[in-house]
Amino acid sequence: MADFFVDIQRQSFLQYALLTGILASIACGVIGSYVVTRRITYIAGAIAHSVLAGLGAARYCQVMFNWGWFHPLYGAVIAALLSALIIGLVSIHAREREDTVIGAVWAIGMAIGILFIYKTPGYNENLMSYLFGNILMVSTDDLWLIAGLDGLIVVIGVLFYNQLLAVCFDEEFARLRGISVEFYYLLLLCLTALTVVLLVSVVGIVLVIALMTLPVAVAGVFAKRLWQMMVLSALLTVVFTTAGLVLSYGPDLPAGATTIVVAGMAYILTLSVSRLVARGRS
Amino acid sequence: MDTPVVEFENVTFSYDGLPVLRDVNLSIERHDFLAIVGPNAGGKTTMLKIMMGLLKPRSGKVRIFGASPEKARKHIGYMPQYTTLDLMFPVNVLDVVLMGRLGENKIGFFGQKDKVIARDSLKQVEMNGFDDRPFSDLSGGQRQRVLIARALASNPELLLLDEPTSNIDVAVETELFEILHDLNKTKTIVLVTHDLGFVSCFVKHVACVNRTVVVHPTSEITGELISEIYGTDVHMVRHDHSVPGRGPCG
Repeated sequence: MADFFVDIQRQSFLQYALLTGILASIACGVIGSYVVTRRITYIAGAIAHSVLAGLGAARYCQVMFNWGWFHPLYGAVIAALLSALIIGLVSIHAREREDTVIGAVWAIGMAIGILFIYKTPGYNENLMSYLFGNILMVSTDDLWLIAGLDGLIVVIGVLFYNQLLAVCFDEEFARLRGISVEFYYLLLLCLTALTVVLLVSVVGIVLVIALMTLPVAVAGVFAKRLWQMMVLSALLTVVFTTAGLVLSYGPDLPAGATTIVVAGMAYILTLSVSRLVARGRS
Repeated sequence: MDTPVVEFENVTFSYDGLPVLRDVNLSIERHDFLAIVGPNAGGKTTMLKIMMGLLKPRSGKVRIFGASPEKARKHIGYMPQYTTLDLMFPVNVLDVVLMGRLGENKIGFFGQKDKVIARDSLKQVEMNGFDDRPFSDLSGGQRQRVLIARALASNPELLLLDEPTSNIDVAVETELFEILHDLNKTKTIVLVTHDLGFVSCFVKHVACVNRTVVVHPTSEITGELISEIYGTDVHMVRHDHSVPGRGPCG
């Protein structure tokens, strides 16, 4: 652990990693609270996995067509938004079973990604870092993109707080008050998609749902209002990602997985203690 | 003559081919207090949702204040059954009531004026002082009243209530009807209830719904009429509720 505090003063990759974790945490707290209270974590999961298609396709284009500018993160943004819109529009318009559509987007996205990665010449270690994240690989370019997305997500998420709250709490009433429920539902899914992209750079595709839900679940024990849940879960996510980074650095563990284990332990601990307190009172 | 507040003309509605309402004609005048009663799945809630434009009739015409339900929405206040809401949702009483102020505000946070109106609505349902209480901590009757306050926050002319008396005991129910009676002085009220045996004496008309709709003045409701609606004999229990200070009604 001491190594980390010495090295972060001179190693820019560690500083970038720390900053990435903090930036992603803010969006994660705000949007994660909407996602958990609206009970659409599985949609977030599907979007996260479909991101592999975008990452894989962008990397393929970079290598095969020399499209150096087509950063994998751009591919991730496109794939995530596309999946969000597909799931959202199908659940609004078609009378399809929503969970079937979620499952389809989830698996098809991954399959497309794997095909691209398989056909991309060169080393395929990227697959592992996409799936489980590698926060230590974040570059200056990545950081700017992450900061920009983060700002966009948080500004929209806060500006439309009242509308999103009403749509999440009571859709029918929101509609009666003249709010376009469909528009705000799609907006929420798109914000979820962008948040997923940020979190993929922190913990990787597979672990995104955990980072989106565990801090919110812990915050939910204490928060009485949605905005309190957002602030508290954002702070908790900062703590978890930073702890993950610090604890994993010395023993050379994967940072993403360490972060999730820390968050999971905090969740179990909070639930156990709050149950015990509740039992003590009654 | 005034335009009726609600007008249904030969309204027919079905869910997936199953007929729910058939050829419904209904006219509700200003300041009426109408109770929609009938068996479960008889189409009561469907009628409310058609009034708000949340459901579209398959045929027939619906006019609210002489306009389409979508256009009239801003004059409608609605109280759903609280059992349809997620009680784990982190909101307090004021948050819930402020939702009634949406639509007037485009983006950003609620202003002082909205909060004053929201607190005033809470006062009207005798829930002042509960602002910061989590919605999930309240009793059933308190939740119903908070949801009525939310409906009142947009200062509607027409108040629609879905089962306001379910899950609450008779004493609380009497209180609730007193509040509604006061509101009825300025607003038209339509409520849905499955309680057929008795409707409060404050209710002026009763619409009996079972696919079709028949409207009666409250005093005409008798045992034979109830059997007619339900198709079988049902037991009717007579309640004589007296309201302190107002004397018994009947």
